[in-house]
Amino acid sequence: MKIIKKRISILLSLIFFLFAQNIYAVESKDPIKLTLHDWTGQLITTNIMAEVLKEAGYNVELIPADYIAQFAGLQTGDLHVAMEMWETTGRDAIDEYTADGRVVNVGSTGMDAIEEWWYPSYMKEKCPGLPNWEALNDCAEAFSTLETSPKGRYLGGPVTWGGYDDERVEALDLDWEVIHAGTDGALFAELESAYQRKAPIMLWVYAPHWAPSKYSGEFVDFPPYTTECYTDPSWGINKNSAYDCGKPRGPIWKVASSMLKDKWPGAYDAVEAFTLDSNEMGNLVAAVDLDGNTVDAVVAEWMVNNKDRWGSWIK
Amino acid sequence: MKNNNISNKIIFVSLTFLTFVFYWYGKEIANYFDSKWILKYPKHHAIPFAIHTTSFVKWLINEASFGLFTFKELTRFFAWIIEQPYKLVLIVLSKGILKGQGQDAIQLIGPLSWLSVIGIFFILALYTKDKFLIFLVIFAIVYLAVFDQWQSSMITLSSIIIAVPIGVLLGLLLGVLSYKSKILEKIITPILDLMQTVPVFAYLVPILVMFGFGPVSALIATIIYAMPPMVRTTILALNNIDPQLKESGIMSGCTDRQLMWKVLIPVSKPTLLIGVNQVIMLSLNMVIIASMIGAGGLGYDVLASLRRLDIGGGIESGIAIVVLAIILDRLSQAFANLPTLTKKTQKKFYVRYKKIFFLIFYIISIYTLGYFYSFFKIFPNELMINTSSFWEELVKYININYFDNLENFKIILLTYFMLPIKKFFLGVPWPWFIFIITLIGWYYGKLKLASLCLILSIFIVTTGLWQKAMITLYLCGSSVIIASIIGIPLGIWAGLNNKANKILTAFIDTLQTLPSFVYLIPVVMLFRVGDFTAMIAVILYALAPSVRYTAHGIRNINNQIVEAALISGCSPRQLLFKIKLPLALPEILLGINQTIMLALSMLVITALVGTRDLGQEVYIGLTKADIGRGLVAGLCVAFISIIADRIIKAGSDRLKNKYGIK
Repeated sequence: MKIIKKRISILLSLIFFLFAQNIYAVESKDPIKLTLHDWTGQLITTNIMAEVLKEAGYNVELIPADYIAQFAGLQTGDLHVAMEMWETTGRDAIDEYTADGRVVNVGSTGMDAIEEWWYPSYMKEKCPGLPNWEALNDCAEAFSTLETSPKGRYLGGPVTWGGYDDERVEALDLDWEVIHAGTDGALFAELESAYQRKAPIMLWVYAPHWAPSKYSGEFVDFPPYTTECYTDPSWGINKNSAYDCGKPRGPIWKVASSMLKDKWPGAYDAVEAFTLDSNEMGNLVAAVDLDGNTVDAVVAEWMVNNKDRWGSWIK
Repeated sequence: MKNNNISNKIIFVSLTFLTFVFYWYGKEIANYFDSKWILKYPKHHAIPFAIHTTSFVKWLINEASFGLFTFKELTRFFAWIIEQPYKLVLIVLSKGILKGQGQDAIQLIGPLSWLSVIGIFFILALYTKDKFLIFLVIFAIVYLAVFDQWQSSMITLSSIIIAVPIGVLLGLLLGVLSYKSKILEKIITPILDLMQTVPVFAYLVPILVMFGFGPVSALIATIIYAMPPMVRTTILALNNIDPQLKESGIMSGCTDRQLMWKVLIPVSKPTLLIGVNQVIMLSLNMVIIASMIGAGGLGYDVLASLRRLDIGGGIESGIAIVVLAIILDRLSQAFANLPTLTKKTQKKFYVRYKKIFFLIFYIISIYTLGYFYSFFKIFPNELMINTSSFWEELVKYININYFDNLENFKIILLTYFMLPIKKFFLGVPWPWFIFIITLIGWYYGKLKLASLCLILSIFIVTTGLWQKAMITLYLCGSSVIIASIIGIPLGIWAGLNNKANKILTAFIDTLQTLPSFVYLIPVVMLFRVGDFTAMIAVILYALAPSVRYTAHGIRNINNQIVEAALISGCSPRQLLFKIKLPLALPEILLGINQTIMLALSMLVITALVGTRDLGQEVYIGLTKADIGRGLVAGLCVAFISIIADRIIKAGSDRLKNKYGIK
């Protein structure tokens, strides 16, 4: 009986839907397409944005897409919004595709990306001088493997991420060898493996990400980044060389197809207003990846608790 | 003849010697003549192919026009045509009939429920009258439901259902046309070579731009990758038909069309089927890559679980892909082997189609029941199994207890096997290397092959990618050597023993369809990133053909020869080493050839574990959306495999002539 009632209510809502399409004053009921990538943080930001847009009456569709390959779709207007483009890894793509105005940068998400050398806390016993970078040379041996010995082994990100680690090692005169992982999957697989064995490891970790919450550890303190450090050799400790400092920490951008602003100006404003901060994001990610909640549940809870905030985005 | 042989040997030995001299003293020679270009091709002489390609593709997409419509409109039109049937299948299997778009959508009629899909496959399997197959199919589909892979599997299945028939039909058509016109065959063969050997990552970005973002682009990439074997087998099958058959067809008054479709195609069905099988397998190989450009489905699940380091999740989804591959493959094989129906038996209408009537009735009743009990609609959550923690614990156990042993093994293999090969390839000056390759080309194929080798390798040098090409050669070379060492004995075993053959075939099919992404993470955990890990991934993937071809070669030896050998008193050992192996050698060579091809096609994947070869270059091209860079590096990979392919085929043909096979 209950089920039949449910059916009837669906039928009624269908009729309602057919006759009352213009109940919300939105510019177009065509679906706005947001892209999903394969890391939890991005799934959360995108789902929050999607929920907020739905509340405003927009029609939203979520489409799985590759981080860089999606730009082709944004450019042609097949896709509309990408919620996370990291300054640190997406700069080139942003520059290339925003050049002709078909893709636009909608501003920062409010989250800042950290990317730096990172080690698990059990390594502190073997190398008490950390996290100061000057201790790196004293314990290079403790971080070495047979292939790199006596130099320390640092597992860098994929070459495509840039990061200037080879240059950094040179400039700061570190007795370390940079090995490049091919993807971040490989990067964290090595971390997981080393962590299980409590084996030495020093690698590139970025945040917001689940790794810093799952494994206890710290980032190395390098001399802080400035623009001069990368451009001017005479800056910093090594007077003859650039890159003698840590990595830049940059915003995570939102990008959108120019079609968004033309077709759904209200949605564009909402996307522009969207902000979250890095800590908040770290907690949300941990709630999914470590506590085993679903993305949907975590997002729903966030929506309930932050009504005022997202309400102001869609005013 | 004998003299010729001896002088050949002398030339061979002295050339090998010279190669090593160049390898050892390359630096000294270069310094002595003050000509560093011998060792490293000067950068400023490199031709910027990448930049030209990029600007050409950009022009094509943004400006090219045929007057009435632009190039992009044309490609979008094709995309639209392919999209329609895809949408239909998706409605039936996954989405149901919806009203509205996005989240406003309301499901009017649901998709086929899991019970209905089981029903359909059950009836399909019933037609084949193969009990084992019926059991296998049901077991496989239940796997999809129990391991919570249903939704994704149906999306993947939808794209396969569209991609495979299009691939097969297009392939068949192109094959028939090139059988009729030698000119077309000449044009099409190199294109097929490129389609098969240019890594998919290289043309992903241009395809996206041309066909739009989403499942259609993924379908097109799949078809491009999976179609060539169909064209090839069609041409091969038609050429191998007994001419008498063709003549008898003509004599009995067939028109051209009748001759083709009523005589030639049906006769060559067994060979064509191998093509169909390849199309299915290759389409499923593409599932992961397709998911990167919006196909969703199982591929997306595999990628996402790797991102979370959820080894078990990756394995479950990966096996779901294997399961799909196996059902589709076995079913299509069984159907093709069914005896063609004898013309209309005098049974009544409903008797002939009773299975179909039953199926329709069944689906309708499941559908009605689904309204009242969700069990009939969606597989209940409580019955699902999750093995994630098991796999995690397993890898953890191995990692903690055996890491050091594995590490030692790895270091021995690296220092005594891989590194020497790497040093050799990087050490030999490129002009000498090209000279040697051209010479080999000359030896096996005279002017034609020699000029091909020369031109292609000069292209690689002028792109400035020689170093990376050599690392590619080293990685593929060492993987192929090990794959052959493992694969050929397994193949011999499978060739001699029926039971072993059955087990090995299942094993090989699994290895070939299980996406390498699934085992990449555990392998990295146990062996760290680097060349060794890459080599393991390549070996696992490329092992299959060397087993398959060896087994095939041994099985297909003329029985009379074996009997003659037995009569003249061969021991089993002699029979194997003196008769069977030499006779199977040409086939084994072809197997190694295929191993090389597969190894090269795995290249891009190796870039994911940090190699510095051409694969990495292609991957950089993809991640930076640099169309030209990816395509040029992709072409270099293609050229390497074309050179290897031509030389080995020529070698195999020569052996065949020597032993008088064929």
